[in-house]
Amino acid sequence: MSTNNNQLEVWEVFIQSKSGLPHIHVGSVHASDIKMAMQNARDIYTRRGEGTSIWVVPTLSISASNPLDNEMLFDPSNDKIYRMPTFYVMPEGAQNI
Amino acid sequence: MSLTSNATLETFQERIDQGEYIEPKDVFPDEYRKHLIRQMSQHAHSEVIGMQPEGNWITRAPSLRAKQILLAKIQDEGGHGLYLYSAAETLGISRSEMINQLQTGKAKYSSIFNYPTLNWADIGAIGWLVDGAAIVNQVSLQRTSYGPYSRAMVRICKEESFHQRQGYEIMTKMMRGTNEQQKMAQDAMNRWWWPSLMMFGPHDSNSPNSGNAFKWKIKRESNDVLRQKFIDKTIPQALLIGLTIPDKDYKLNEKTGHYEIGKINWEEFNNVINGNGPCNKQRINHHIKYHNEGAWVREAALAYSKKQK
Amino acid sequence: MEKNNLYKYIIRLADNALILGQRLSENCSKGPFLEEDLAQTNIALDYIGRAQVLFNYAAKLNNNNQTEDDLAYRRDEIDYLNFLLVEQANQDFAYIIARQFYYSAFDCLLYNELTKSKDETLASIAKKSIKESNYHLTHTIDWVIRLGNGTDESKHRLQNAIDALWTYTGEMFEQDEIDLNLSKNNIAPNALDFKANWLNTISTTLKNATLKLPENSFMMFGGRNGKHTENLGHILSEMQYLQRAYPNATW
Repeated sequence: MSTNNNQLEVWEVFIQSKSGLPHIHVGSVHASDIKMAMQNARDIYTRRGEGTSIWVVPTLSISASNPLDNEMLFDPSNDKIYRMPTFYVMPEGAQNI
Repeated sequence: MSLTSNATLETFQERIDQGEYIEPKDVFPDEYRKHLIRQMSQHAHSEVIGMQPEGNWITRAPSLRAKQILLAKIQDEGGHGLYLYSAAETLGISRSEMINQLQTGKAKYSSIFNYPTLNWADIGAIGWLVDGAAIVNQVSLQRTSYGPYSRAMVRICKEESFHQRQGYEIMTKMMRGTNEQQKMAQDAMNRWWWPSLMMFGPHDSNSPNSGNAFKWKIKRESNDVLRQKFIDKTIPQALLIGLTIPDKDYKLNEKTGHYEIGKINWEEFNNVINGNGPCNKQRINHHIKYHNEGAWVREAALAYSKKQK
Repeated sequence: MEKNNLYKYIIRLADNALILGQRLSENCSKGPFLEEDLAQTNIALDYIGRAQVLFNYAAKLNNNNQTEDDLAYRRDEIDYLNFLLVEQANQDFAYIIARQFYYSAFDCLLYNELTKSKDETLASIAKKSIKESNYHLTHTIDWVIRLGNGTDESKHRLQNAIDALWTYTGEMFEQDEIDLNLSKNNIAPNALDFKANWLNTISTTLKNATLKLPENSFMMFGGRNGKHTENLGHILSEMQYLQRAYPNATW
């Protein structure tokens, strides 16, 4: 059985549904090379006209942040409210700002 | 990631209770992972094995329109299997491992696909009843707690919405057709009605895997609740086109507004689950045969890509 | 007479699309892996859709209340005018690829020419079809390269299929009075005009795949005139079963 379980590499698929919009992750496909990955992504994830552009990336090339680091990574930005426009006090009657 | 100190277990449960989604790199109990793999792979296998009974009629579809619809529908089933394998792979199990579990009987698939498709109306009945039952379950799973599973289900539900309608359209056409067509449609109804009710699984009082599934919000509604939803929406559809419900005990309870049905034959259900349905061996043998016949193709593709590097 | 020629020409195009689509659809759930299974189904759907549009046009030309389904489901073997190539069986994945390779290389060139047809309906069908054909050819050539350069087994299997199906390729370039008449009127091309192009695609790809161009020069003819291999009878008896068994039913 082991020789019959030779599966191809896993690739992550990102689809842009309309020009101007970002590419969004939709899932993955198996493929042994980049051309096959692109075609498989097309055949599987754009059957209903969902796409105007496809990105494929080998899953192994993606690094994801570790949720255990979330406090360190993301909490420090919570109190930097001066990055938000609503932080600033504008004089009464000021317009177009 | 699975780590199970009490503290992390509590945080995990808190997040679930607050309605947060769990993502692949989050910390969660190993049991959660196991339960998900079992449920998602079973779901994926069901989609893939489900290609066979319908595939049985592709070459005999009676019009060019019907052939395209059926082909596109079976292709969707394959695609949905693929989305679910994809989602399960985020838990660190490979597709080939899941396929191995299917082929060795360690993983199950929905018993409904162990019934044969004997006439063209069976294609209508599968779309209308089997996909109809599946959709009730799948809609509820869009809110399942594991992110990749939930996203796959959202995509699947969007695509599935035409499946049930095309099935009901076939049944309607046949009930409005010749005597022979009506006979086929009723025959299909007689054979698929009860098995499709069994698709929701045992009664809640007798459902071994439900405890944690609810606590962890993998499963959102109980077997009996979902089954009742299906019964209530399907019986009027059957009556509308003149089909007889193959259950002499069914009736509408005026007080509750729900339909009540006769006794489900759980002995048959268990028989089919345990491998003694009409097509169990045929379905698995088909899968093994073509998976093995494809081995040289996959090997060639891998060998070629190695040479390119 | 002219209308008759066009009718027969359209039927030939439609039959090629339908029979190849039917062959490919047989393979649903039998692919070497799920992704390729879906890819092959997509190609099958393109062809069956194309057949439907072409039959619909043919039925209109005939003006006798026939529908596209009458043409697909109620004609006998002898009235089917597809190439022998497209009715050949799915022996294994190599056969499927080899058949598709020979056919798609031809199909791309043909439909590209048909986009320029003076017959507007045919030209507009071709404009939609050529996009599909280009994808089929790209997908198939990639597989020829992979299998040819893959393992000893894949190379051997594909060479076998390439050799076995070669004898059916000559028919694609057979030109009879219908073709000549239509090409004279700029409705359809003379296939001989792009034969060298076709051969170039085939030999270049085979070279890149480290496979040999078959040397056997004996060519089988007949499909275009209703003389088929035994395959077609089985394809039709399966495909037409319900329409033939219940002639009064609508589906």
